[in-house]
Amino acid sequence: MGRFLIKRLLSAMLTLFAVSVLAFLMFFALPRDPVTGMCPKNCNPERLERVRQELGLRDPKIEQYAAYMKGIFVGRDLGSAQGGRCDAPCLGYSYVNSEAVTDTLARVLPVTLSIVIPAAILWLALGVGLGMLSALKRGTWVDRLAIGFSLTGASLQLYFTGAVLLIVFVYQLKLLPNPHYTSIFDDPLDWAKGLVLAWVALAFLFSAIYARLARAQMLETLSEDFVRTARAKGLAKRTVYGRHALRAAVTPLVTIAGLDVGAALGGTVITETTFGIQGLGRTAVYAVRGGDLPMIMATVLIAAVFVVLANVVVDLLYAAIDPRVRLG
Amino acid sequence: MRGAVGLTAADPYLQVRDLRVRFATEDGVVRAVNGVSFAVERGRTLGIVGESGSGKSVTSLAVLGLHDPKRATITGEILVGGRDIVGRPDEEVRRLRGRDMAMIFQDPLSALHPYYPVGRQIAEAYRVHHPRAGRAEARERTVQMLDRVGIPQPARRARQYPHEFSGGMRQRAMIAMALVNDPDLLIADEPTTALDVTVQAQILDLLEGLQKEFNSAIVLITHDLGVVSQVADDVLVMYGGRAVEHGSVEQVLRRPQHPYTWGLLASVPSLRGDAAADLVPIPGSPPSLIHLPSGCAFHPRCPYADERSRTEVPELRPVAEGHLVACHRPGVAA
Repeated sequence: MGRFLIKRLLSAMLTLFAVSVLAFLMFFALPRDPVTGMCPKNCNPERLERVRQELGLRDPKIEQYAAYMKGIFVGRDLGSAQGGRCDAPCLGYSYVNSEAVTDTLARVLPVTLSIVIPAAILWLALGVGLGMLSALKRGTWVDRLAIGFSLTGASLQLYFTGAVLLIVFVYQLKLLPNPHYTSIFDDPLDWAKGLVLAWVALAFLFSAIYARLARAQMLETLSEDFVRTARAKGLAKRTVYGRHALRAAVTPLVTIAGLDVGAALGGTVITETTFGIQGLGRTAVYAVRGGDLPMIMATVLIAAVFVVLANVVVDLLYAAIDPRVRLG
Repeated sequence: MRGAVGLTAADPYLQVRDLRVRFATEDGVVRAVNGVSFAVERGRTLGIVGESGSGKSVTSLAVLGLHDPKRATITGEILVGGRDIVGRPDEEVRRLRGRDMAMIFQDPLSALHPYYPVGRQIAEAYRVHHPRAGRAEARERTVQMLDRVGIPQPARRARQYPHEFSGGMRQRAMIAMALVNDPDLLIADEPTTALDVTVQAQILDLLEGLQKEFNSAIVLITHDLGVVSQVADDVLVMYGGRAVEHGSVEQVLRRPQHPYTWGLLASVPSLRGDAAADLVPIPGSPPSLIHLPSGCAFHPRCPYADERSRTEVPELRPVAEGHLVACHRPGVAA
């Protein structure tokens, strides 16, 4: 277990290093000059050049990268125009927002977490529940209804279901306020009210996929020999399904769920855009549009951290569920 | 006969009469079992022999009531301890499963649940039929059974998972699970097929010993005539979902009357004499259960088939006391 974590930590570092290098190189491949975006009017070439110098964009790329990495681990001095001293973990100073990147992240990260985690709980419960139900009622109207629901969910784009939800619940019935983010610690009820449509829209989309997966897994598991053994012992149907089949059927779903949640935490661009909520996803899009290198780097790295973390969590869960899996 | 309990000790514990099992599939109706009858007394072992697709496993699953009633159509009678279970509600048959009749399967690795310790799976089988038994009692019974089937350090082994057991040990654990409620009927479906030859012999010895101790009726499903000759008292040879020969081991293996039985025996390698000359495979392959051949289902593969074999299904008829054969030309191969 300890060895497993150390190994995974090292490989995670390697992954993040590779991601950071790639993001850095891709930024410089962008066709636009970040500095022109920073002063829209009355900028003469001399002034632009001075800004480039200040931002270090004239330094060799490897030095720029080294300076960035140094900032993360020990902090760096960014100069008076960029807020001066920036302590570790320093992710730089936004070219566009006049704000340290860490401050921006501290604002938008809780938003994305608040969207994704409740949505994931909802979509897993709904998806797995529906899938199991339709597997056990295979061939009946319950099965067809559940599959129809999941087919609908999988086919509709989020910006469509999102818009429908907004029209019905916010504009017509006026049951909910316009989607917005309030911290759960300030006002839990308002937090839920402001985000519930986003949860439902995401859950509808994802639960569809999970329902189909869960149904297929359950049907496969029900034909396993050990399920036949459980029935041959004289166990009640409830025990056969609940204790013997279910646990084996959901194991493969753990992997997919882990990766989906990890990826979603990296930014739910479409959800945030549809509901007009400023989370990590929209922040990343704005950063790319504005050529905001420190912001791009930060959002890319955060997303990578979530995916890597999700993988470790999946492996740990797998080992907890299946005794044949040995971590090492 | 239905519901007639009051069984005397001499009556066979399991009686199957004219059992027919059909499955509706997209390709057509699969006639897996087509009128099979047999009986097994306590303390005796019936070997059911046949190739894959002969209907032997379908028969055994029908006896345990394990077919999905939505997919399988079962007719005939299956009397377990005098009670007919055909068409009874699953809840009623469930109470018999694991308590009065138990089953061990071919591949104990896939038949045991990979996520639960072996002991827990055995204890579960005990507790479902002993609802008032506590955890401690079930655990004690489990360890006792593991010990009885020859698993060393049973208390420690009970906490291990199936993948930590060897093949032979797993099958022993499977047997312990089947016998934990002291069933009157044990169905063993190819119990040694997945095991090494040396381990096979140990498992068969164990089954024989346990049968003496528990006095249960055993139905042994196998394609291996060597296994049958070693442990069975009676033999039922199945082909295309029908019984083609039925009698004592002595009768069927020493004086086979059906060309198919004869073919099975000839295709077993013997240690005596020239193996290559001895070994005669049966030509062709098992029949389709959707489109069974007319007449005797074996006729397309039978060198002795005549016109009648091609048109008329042969009835099971006695050729000696207790020795039944379904063939228009019994004994012709001998």
